[in-house]
Amino acid sequence: MSALAGLLRKEVYHILRDRRTLIVIIVLPVLQVIIFGYAIRTDVDHVRLAIVDPAPDTVTLAIRARFNAAGVFQDVALVPRIEPLEDLFRRGAAQGALVFEAGFAERLARGLPSGLLIIADATEPNTGSIVASYATAVIQGYQQEAPPSRGAVHIVPSVRMRFNPTRESSNLFVPGLMAFVLTIISSLMTAISLTREKETGTLEALLVSPLRPWQIIVGKVAPYLVVGFASVVGVIFEARLVFHVPLRGSLSLLLIEGIVFILVSLSLGILISARTSSQRVAMMGALIGTMLPTMLLSGFIFPLESMPWPLQAISVVVPARWFVLVARSVMLKGVGLAYLWQPTLVLLVMALVLLTASTRAFHERLDQ
Amino acid sequence: MRRILFLARAEVLHVVRDRATLAQVLVVPVLQLLVLSNAATFLVTNTPTYVVDFDRTSVSRGLVNRFRASGHFRVEEQSASPELANEALLRGDVTMVLTIPHDFEATIVRTGTAPIQLTVNAEKGSAAGIVQSYASSIAAAYASELEASVHGASLGGSEAPPARGIPRIDLRVRSWYNPALNYKYYMVPGILVALVTLIGTLLTAQNIAREKELGTLEQLNVTPMTRLQFIAAKLLPFWALGMLNLAIGLVVGAVVFGVPMRGSLLLLFGSAAVYLVAALAIGLWISSVVDTQQQAMFVTFFVMNVYLLMSGLFTPIDSMAPWVQTVSQLNPVRHFVTISRAILMKGAGPADIAQPFFVLTIFGAITLALAIRQYSKRVV
Repeated sequence: MSALAGLLRKEVYHILRDRRTLIVIIVLPVLQVIIFGYAIRTDVDHVRLAIVDPAPDTVTLAIRARFNAAGVFQDVALVPRIEPLEDLFRRGAAQGALVFEAGFAERLARGLPSGLLIIADATEPNTGSIVASYATAVIQGYQQEAPPSRGAVHIVPSVRMRFNPTRESSNLFVPGLMAFVLTIISSLMTAISLTREKETGTLEALLVSPLRPWQIIVGKVAPYLVVGFASVVGVIFEARLVFHVPLRGSLSLLLIEGIVFILVSLSLGILISARTSSQRVAMMGALIGTMLPTMLLSGFIFPLESMPWPLQAISVVVPARWFVLVARSVMLKGVGLAYLWQPTLVLLVMALVLLTASTRAFHERLDQ
Repeated sequence: MRRILFLARAEVLHVVRDRATLAQVLVVPVLQLLVLSNAATFLVTNTPTYVVDFDRTSVSRGLVNRFRASGHFRVEEQSASPELANEALLRGDVTMVLTIPHDFEATIVRTGTAPIQLTVNAEKGSAAGIVQSYASSIAAAYASELEASVHGASLGGSEAPPARGIPRIDLRVRSWYNPALNYKYYMVPGILVALVTLIGTLLTAQNIAREKELGTLEQLNVTPMTRLQFIAAKLLPFWALGMLNLAIGLVVGAVVFGVPMRGSLLLLFGSAAVYLVAALAIGLWISSVVDTQQQAMFVTFFVMNVYLLMSGLFTPIDSMAPWVQTVSQLNPVRHFVTISRAILMKGAGPADIAQPFFVLTIFGAITLALAIRQYSKRVV
């Protein structure tokens, strides 16, 4: 046991002596969450709207006034014909357009239908549909103010947005960012620490020492677990204070799940470095093996439900997927273990499997 | 010129001889393009829905059937228990709960107006808005369907449309450039840029650092090569590789995903030529600043992370916080992603992309100058 304590002390010295790396490890996650928290959003507001109104009259002016009052639209151009629109859209100067038919009010007064066209730039389909649905809602609002005729049927949906009533996208992305940033930092830390020992040849010294493989792993993981925990606490604070993400569930549950998740990422780093020979390959492996899958297959940016089934199946083995789920559920839905036992179990099993696998990887090295 | 070609040839041989690297730079991007384009979608289809129907009449069942038939919703479960529905929402099994109150049919017959309740899991921000707008339009369409049948009954099937006091606005909605709302059309041109950038920058960033580690840089330093020639020779092979990658990627995009190519390919490749100089020069600059390959990788990955997530590749620039939008002007990836999407999807011409192209040109000139300046033949 004293041998293990010795190794632990050595690792702590390593971490503490290398001030620059220590600061990077603790500050980088906090910094990244700030930058990306402001950058990764999908809210649609300040929609740049072009208006084609060949012959302005009372009705078109009233509808245009409604668009101004809606708050999400911003007039960028008023043109008499539809042709210039193409150019505005291509340059990205307009995201949406409202096209009135000439003689709009007059036709309505005579009881004829008047044509109104909404054009949305659907290059990005999500923004395109949102722009179209906002514009449709404004027109429908205008129409509903007219006195209802007899015999008209209305089904009035009352909508409740649960868990995120303002639909703020930082509430969605910040908990996901936590998982993303923590994965990369943790798996990188252990990967580099172990391969450094390999390259400098000190790993051989460790291997011939009376330390057992599991003790080496514990000695490598434990100190970094503490560092990782510090950045979890930092990131949670930041989510509350900077982005005002609600924390509806229990803080201690979130912290414990955070520790389990860091344990998984650290052991992933160890496994990668146990399998590779040089620092460069280890870094490439740790980064490519974790960065792209975590970014795309964890549901952190893109909803998993929308992906084709093979990708959904692959996402099951991405640890961040489960932590993203847990972090969002605890923070936004305020649910407890009763709802989260499944992802928690998956994370625990992953930690166990990865730790065992990395311990075995060391056994094999001893056999060689 | 001959010196440049000699060194460039050495670089090409390095890449071609190492089978692993060759596979990494030619095959992996294609695979990633195939996989990532499928993963990157915000499209909302088949929202899992819980139906709580207190009414249980033909009208309420009709409404549920319209939801089912719309293709946007999938009824997972149905019961008369709001508690069970709430459980399902908390567990994440369903995204929306549709509640139809008692006397729904009776109220519609009596007053013509009846409420329904939609509870949406709004965790996913903008997706919830789309779900809501789908649901509202289904409800509205069903209401006018009911209206028609009520009138049909009362007027004895008369053909004349019922006279009405409300003005009718004939509202049409058109989605330009991507009428089928296909996410792949949007993502492929973007991911292509990301891959070309990632590989080019990684290779160049490692390049000089490796020569430093191996000590071969000193040998190059004592040759009569000038700094400009050196950087040019390092840049050329990777520039050509980037163009090749882009071409392969475009073919894959067109053949596999059917990505539209509305604009001029010549214009696209012309912009790519300028863009790649900027991207690769950043790699070379990183490479001459750092001492080891490991540092080079570290810095490159950090830069790439920021580049990709702030380029508007995954989430739109317009949604970012205003200060981030300003900062992202410094991101060359942002400008080339904009250009590539504008040319391929919108058929933009030279005048439409003049502004981002201009920024890229300045960017390329500055980074190239930086890389040349940073590389000094002196050993410090």
